[in-house]
Amino acid sequence: MPLHLEIVTAERLVLSDDVDQVNAPTKDGRVGILPRHMPLITVLTEGELSIVKNGVRTEYAVFGGFMEVLPDRVTILADSCDRSDEIDLDRAEEARQRAEERIAQRKSDQDMIQAEAELRRALMQIRIAQSKRNNS
Amino acid sequence: MPSTREIRRRIRSVRNLSQITRAMEMVSASKMRRAQRNVLATRPYADRLRDVMSSLMARAGGSRKGTLLEVRSEVKNVALILITPDRGLAGSLVANILRRTARFVIDEKAKGRNVKVLAIGKKGRDFLNRSGQDLLAEVTKLGDYPKLADILGVSTNVIQGFLKGEFDEAYIVYSQFVNTLVQRPAVRRILPVEADQNPTAPASASSNYNYEPDEDVVLKDLLPRFAEVQIYQALLEAIASEHSARMVAMRNATDNAKELRRELSLTYNKTRQANITKEVSEIASGAAALADS
Repeated sequence: MPLHLEIVTAERLVLSDDVDQVNAPTKDGRVGILPRHMPLITVLTEGELSIVKNGVRTEYAVFGGFMEVLPDRVTILADSCDRSDEIDLDRAEEARQRAEERIAQRKSDQDMIQAEAELRRALMQIRIAQSKRNNS
Repeated sequence: MPSTREIRRRIRSVRNLSQITRAMEMVSASKMRRAQRNVLATRPYADRLRDVMSSLMARAGGSRKGTLLEVRSEVKNVALILITPDRGLAGSLVANILRRTARFVIDEKAKGRNVKVLAIGKKGRDFLNRSGQDLLAEVTKLGDYPKLADILGVSTNVIQGFLKGEFDEAYIVYSQFVNTLVQRPAVRRILPVEADQNPTAPASASSNYNYEPDEDVVLKDLLPRFAEVQIYQALLEAIASEHSARMVAMRNATDNAKELRRELSLTYNKTRQANITKEVSEIASGAAALADS
C-alpha cells in the first residue's frame, strides 16, 4: 500500500507523490511515518524532512508547519519547504548575512523576531544543503 | 482650421501614445496571468488548512478565550487591513476600493467603534494620510509577486493586537478578482477566525485524530497561520485584480487613441484637399485674369 504524500506551502505545491516512508521533524522529536499509520495531526518545527521512495532517499528543508497523517495519505502544510538539491547555497549564505546584520542593528522587537526567524531558516538551509553535497 | 502640419504632429503624438498604452496592456496581461496562477497556487494550502481546522473545530468547538477564535461580546476597536495597488492607471479600481473603505469606516464609527487601519500599498496609504485616519502600519512596494513572509509584519501586528485586546475584530478590504473584466471591492472579516466555513473534509475522519503535542498547541499554532493565509490570499487576488484592471484600462486607452487617429486623419485629408482646391482655384482665377487682359 503506497503512502500518498503532499507537501504544500502557501506559495506553491511542492510535491505530490506516492512514497514508502516519511521522516519529519515535529515539536516532540522526529517521527517516521509508514503506510497504515494512525490518524495524526502534529506541529512541525524547522529541520530536515526526508522521504523514501523505492529505496531512494530525498531530503527537504522544512521550516515549521503542520502534518496531517491518515493511513494512506500524508499532508504537510509547511511554512517553507525546499528540496535539498534545489537550495541555492549562495543565496542562503546571503540571507544569513542579511539577517545577522539586521539583528546587529536591533531596530525593533518585531524586526528582531523576523530577522531571527530568517537567520534560523538560512542556517538550516545551509546545513542541509551541505550535508547533501558531502554525501553525494 | 488648423494647418496640415499641426494635424500631422498630433497624429504622430497620438500614435506614440497608443504604442505606449498597447505595450502597457501587454505587460499587464502577462503579469495578470502570472498573478492568477499565484492565486490558484495558494488554494491547496488554504483548503487543506481549512480542512484540518474544521476537523479540529468539530472536536474543540466554538469560541475560546485567549485564542483567535474568541468572539467578544462588546466590539470597541476594529482593525482594518486595506490592500491597494502601489500604482494608478488602473481605471476605477483604486477609487472603488477607497470608496468602500470610506463607507466601512463611517459605518463602524456610527456603531461607536474605533477603526485603526493598516495599509498595504501606496494608494491606500496616501488616501489615509490625506483623510487623516489612524494609520497603524504600512507596507509598500511589495512588487507583483509577494511572498507570504512579506505580509508577516502586518499580520503579526493584527494578530498580536487582537490577542492583547487592542482590537476586538479585524477586517480586510481588497478588490476581489471575479474575472478579467470584473473586480469587486470586498470586505472580509478575518478575526476572530470564523469557526466553520464549508468543510470539505469528511466528518467521519475528523473525530479520531491523535494530536501531538495536544489539541491546544496545534490549534494555537494553526489559527494565526490561517489568518495569515487569508490575508495573503486577499493580497494575491488584489494583485490579479490590479493587473487585469490596468490591462482593460490600457486597452480602452489604445482603442480611444485609434479612434482619435482615425478622426484626425480624416480632418487631415479634408484640410489637405481643401488646400489643394484653394490653390487650384487661385491659379485658375489668376490665369483667367491674365487671359482677360
